[in-house]
Amino acid sequence: MAEYLGERESGVERLRWAVRSWQLTAAMWTRAAMAYRASFALMLVANVLITSLDFVVVVLMFQHTDRLGGWTLPELGLLYGTSAFALGTADLLVGSVDSLGERIRAGTLDVMLIRPAPALSQVCAERFSLRRLGRPAQATAVLAWSVSAVRVDWTWDRVLLLAALLVSGTVIFSALFIGGATLQFWWGEAKELQNSFTYGGATLLHYPPTVFAKELVAGVTFGLPLAFVNWLPLLHILGKPDPLGLPAAFQFASPLAAAGSVLVAGVAWRAGLRAYRGAGN
Amino acid sequence: MALIELEDVARTFTIRAKVGRLRRERREVRAVDGLSFTVQAGECVGYIGPNGAGKSTTIKMLTGILVPSAGRLRVAGVDPARERTRLARRIGVVFGQRTTLWWDLPLRDSYELARRIYRIPDARYRANLDRCVELLELGPLLDTPVRQLSLGQRMRGDLAAALLHDPQVLYLDEPTIGLDVVSKVRVREFLREINTGAGTTVLLTTHDLTDIEQLCGRVMVIDHGRMVYDGGLDGLHATGQSERTLVVDLAGPSAPIEVPGARVVKVDGARQWLAFPAEDSAAPIVAAVAAGYPLLDLSVREPAIEDVIARMYAKVPIG
Amino acid sequence: MGSAARLYLAIARGSFRRYSTYRAATLAGVFTNTVFGFILAYTFLALWRARPGLGGYDTSQAVTYIWISQSLLVTVAVWGGGFQDDVQERFRTGDIAVDLYRPVDFLGWWLAADLGRAAFQLLARSVAPITAGVLAFHARLPHSALTWPVFLLSVLLAVLVSFGLRYLVSLSGFWLHDSDGVRAVMLVVAMFLSGMLLPLGLFPDGLRQAAQVLPWAALVQVPADIFLERSTGSQVLGGLGFQLAWAVVLLALGRAAQLLATRKVVVQGG
Repeated sequence: MAEYLGERESGVERLRWAVRSWQLTAAMWTRAAMAYRASFALMLVANVLITSLDFVVVVLMFQHTDRLGGWTLPELGLLYGTSAFALGTADLLVGSVDSLGERIRAGTLDVMLIRPAPALSQVCAERFSLRRLGRPAQATAVLAWSVSAVRVDWTWDRVLLLAALLVSGTVIFSALFIGGATLQFWWGEAKELQNSFTYGGATLLHYPPTVFAKELVAGVTFGLPLAFVNWLPLLHILGKPDPLGLPAAFQFASPLAAAGSVLVAGVAWRAGLRAYRGAGN
Repeated sequence: MALIELEDVARTFTIRAKVGRLRRERREVRAVDGLSFTVQAGECVGYIGPNGAGKSTTIKMLTGILVPSAGRLRVAGVDPARERTRLARRIGVVFGQRTTLWWDLPLRDSYELARRIYRIPDARYRANLDRCVELLELGPLLDTPVRQLSLGQRMRGDLAAALLHDPQVLYLDEPTIGLDVVSKVRVREFLREINTGAGTTVLLTTHDLTDIEQLCGRVMVIDHGRMVYDGGLDGLHATGQSERTLVVDLAGPSAPIEVPGARVVKVDGARQWLAFPAEDSAAPIVAAVAAGYPLLDLSVREPAIEDVIARMYAKVPIG
Repeated sequence: MGSAARLYLAIARGSFRRYSTYRAATLAGVFTNTVFGFILAYTFLALWRARPGLGGYDTSQAVTYIWISQSLLVTVAVWGGGFQDDVQERFRTGDIAVDLYRPVDFLGWWLAADLGRAAFQLLARSVAPITAGVLAFHARLPHSALTWPVFLLSVLLAVLVSFGLRYLVSLSGFWLHDSDGVRAVMLVVAMFLSGMLLPLGLFPDGLRQAAQVLPWAALVQVPADIFLERSTGSQVLGGLGFQLAWAVVLLALGRAAQLLATRKVVVQGG
């Protein structure tokens, strides 16, 4: 009853309510999608195929060489699996936020803002579809193969680090999705811009850092925190030297980077909502 | 008790307009410009003005969708911009041109979601749903996907969705736009019941003066973001000297019709337009025309808000 | 005849202008193409460092291949889109049945619109990535001045082939409840078999030969090889002929599918 009257809620309760709102909205979309069940299987298959293409390219490259930038195929598999898993899971959970500009133009954001639920939860769950499971599913398959094929002694610290990087990576990509989408409050047609950070970032992380110019690697370490998704922790797991020669602490700092990204994305989202000008008009 | 309070509220938008081929100029537009008013609990207020006057911007600030640039604003004891979700539980909103219902799902599912999102206690939810279903005759529609509903049916569905959580204030943005006459009547009846029966405060924007005549004891007129009139409907007609129009189709072209109580404002072939004061009855004029001229067809047009306001400007210089 | 040509020209010009109004979207797209160009160019550099001369491309050609493919991605609509989105919208609203009976030919209308779109996107979305490629990676511009017009002709044919493929996918909407699935599968096939991700020459035996004769090769691989001056003399003519042949076949198929669709609409009464 206290909730019904809208008493002030603690931070934890607000977070729980945000998650609950996401679940409620996503459930509605899942139900709405049932109306078109026929194409669901086809779309899921297509999704698995299209998201696998990037790895097929890597495999084809390794038909002509056994090392790329000094890394073997199973090692690239680890890069690919972790990066695609993080991107795919983030896309499944919050990826719809990238259509914010369309939501604004269609007036759907106004409708979300009159509901007693966080607008961000609703935008992220908009058009939720399980077909987006395609990418994390195939990424998990590649990851499983690489973990067994790569020459690594899977001690508990490495296993723990791998688990931590999957979670942190998902959080970092989610923050990039949200932070990037926030630009659309000011620049409504900028949807494709954030593909550079999200999909572009994931493509970057499919390949070893040794392939790229040092400036670029530094940019995604100290600018956009992409290097924390998998490069830095995998350097530790695989026992490879850091091309930038950074202190070893960086290789364990992914959770911190994730927390920082969430903070920045959250502040940006709030600023965007304040600057929101309404649909139409 | 004052439910809605505005004090010197303003909202400016920055518009980038194209100047010449490449240069763009930034310009500030004050959509709402120093607006102050109070609405008491249980009132039904019509909020009107020409397109772009700032009506929607006001409603959006009152719901917390838009953050005001300046001024103080309280609705149901809450600052909308600061505590939007808290406010959302206390207000109901219906956008005439935008549905809050789920397009592909049966009407019932949208209400079910509202129950959870608004955390409505079960007994309360059932009682409110039953009442809305009865008053709005939604029973046979509950299991129909929203996309299959007619505009009028959907509007009724939207009204119910906005009221399930017992809001203290109901905002309606053009609730009768595009509806047929029967649907309009039904929607108005329901709103009257909600306002006078349940005591819900109603703030209504509309282009249809009949909505206001039949529902609202008070009218606020806004133009260029400023309040230009706040008072009873009679006062508005008196100030604006609004006129209704009788459109008459005769058997053939004729000299301008001369009947008492009306004057011809336009002639186009066999069709003539006669203006008469909005508060007068049309019946004697129609009778006089029918008696003196070969009448084929006729219709009465209600005064458009724009005309009323335009005439207000002509009459009362706004200082 | 002259008035029909004028009409199609007007449609194309209108479409060109319409796309040119999405300025922010175009800028964002150019930026994204350039970012992907940077990332992929580095991976090709690494591969060619390990295997110089792979697939018959020297390192500079390999890097340039990336920038060319990024420049062409949207123009030849490897992803699908363009007029497809408009047609899909008309299916949703039901206007599609009326469209078939308009005095303007359905195929001609959308082809003209798509050519207008492609012309804009070739101008707007290829200059920046190519420039970035030249500045940052010493991408290789054609040595012979003659290559430029031949390349543009090849791009035009690529757009025709791409249109033919997308037109068939769109028309499948007359028979399938929802052509989204077909479109998604086509996207996978097109990305892979056009050479967008990897030159077809690097594909394993069997797959390579198949990919080289399928229509998707006309989208990216053929124009890229002409730009890189890998094919010369009769090979250029062969490449253009290959594109032209597929364009003719696909447009004829599209015309046939349109007739069947019209008949179907007549039978069902719209």
